[in-house]
Amino acid sequence: MTDLPDPLSPEYQAQRRAVIRQRNRVLGLLLAFFAILFFAITIAKMKM
Amino acid sequence: MTQAASLSLPADWRDFYQLTKPRVMTLVIFTGLCALLAAPGHINPVLGFTAMLCIAMGAGGAAALNHWWEADIDAGMRRTQSRPIPSGRMARSSARDFGIGISVASVLIMGLAISWLAAGLLAFSIVYYAVIYTIWLKPRTPQNIVIGGGAGAFPPLIGWVAVTGDVTLMPILLFSIIFMWTPPHFWALALFVQTDYAKVGIPMMPVVAGEASTRRQILLYSAILLPLSLAPCLIPFAQGGAGWIYGLAATVLSGGFFLLSIRVGLRRPTGPEDKLKPEKQLFFWSIIYLFALFGALVADRWILAPGL
Repeated sequence: MTDLPDPLSPEYQAQRRAVIRQRNRVLGLLLAFFAILFFAITIAKMKM
Repeated sequence: MTQAASLSLPADWRDFYQLTKPRVMTLVIFTGLCALLAAPGHINPVLGFTAMLCIAMGAGGAAALNHWWEADIDAGMRRTQSRPIPSGRMARSSARDFGIGISVASVLIMGLAISWLAAGLLAFSIVYYAVIYTIWLKPRTPQNIVIGGGAGAFPPLIGWVAVTGDVTLMPILLFSIIFMWTPPHFWALALFVQTDYAKVGIPMMPVVAGEASTRRQILLYSAILLPLSLAPCLIPFAQGGAGWIYGLAATVLSGGFFLLSIRVGLRRPTGPEDKLKPEKQLFFWSIIYLFALFGALVADRWILAPGL
């Protein structure tokens, strides 16, 4: 049987924070991408 | 949820990416893009990119809903045990919310940026895959692969409509080609790869109807696919029909597909020592088939009528 991680251990907490930080970074990039895309769509639709 | 799952780390962004079934999406994006490039007319590159993004997001959303609904089934099969939900890396509700979120977003963006007809077709394709196929018919009928093929056939229809703005015979033919291609493609694979579907109660054709019946049906669908793949050549080129490049490619590709299907359809495996070579050849030919056929469609439009 594998050892379960201790949720209060500093290693686990550090890993958890790293995963959440990465997720937030990707979400931020996606939001920025969609903001730029909507801007580009607006310009493209204005040209039509 | 198990103790191991409750103590595991939160879902990584890669887990959400995995929910979208990126490998399946390759086909969705390719066929959708080919239809978008082959359709008569012009679309602004930004809007074309947006249409493709919406098709990919819609497919990803439907796939995430499939993960959500089939989490218990996935846990019982070796091939799918490591997926984000059965492995305990992600809560089931997260997959559901993610799936609904990107599905709704894809339909809204498609409607606002491209056309509401394309958005309606996209919405229907998501409901078709997530509800009609995954929830309703997949666990109930051995024809599930045939029904599921309908979901994979929508992208070229949507891509075409994004450019032309209406549903004509040509995109319906492209839909029908993928629809008829799917059963022989998957059943050929099912004949040489042992899956755990029987264990989890999913009625796959080779398990329920037997191998001989599956082989006959492979032959039947391939026989229908042969004339169907040539039908785009009958539509006038100016109205979006295919030209001689596609016609030549379809003849060679569908002819090969049919010949391989005859070999698979009429043979009986000799036993455990049988390497099932014709089945493997048919499966790999079917992959080349679809990519080459849709590639030829684009080559036709871009080489024979670059300005049309």
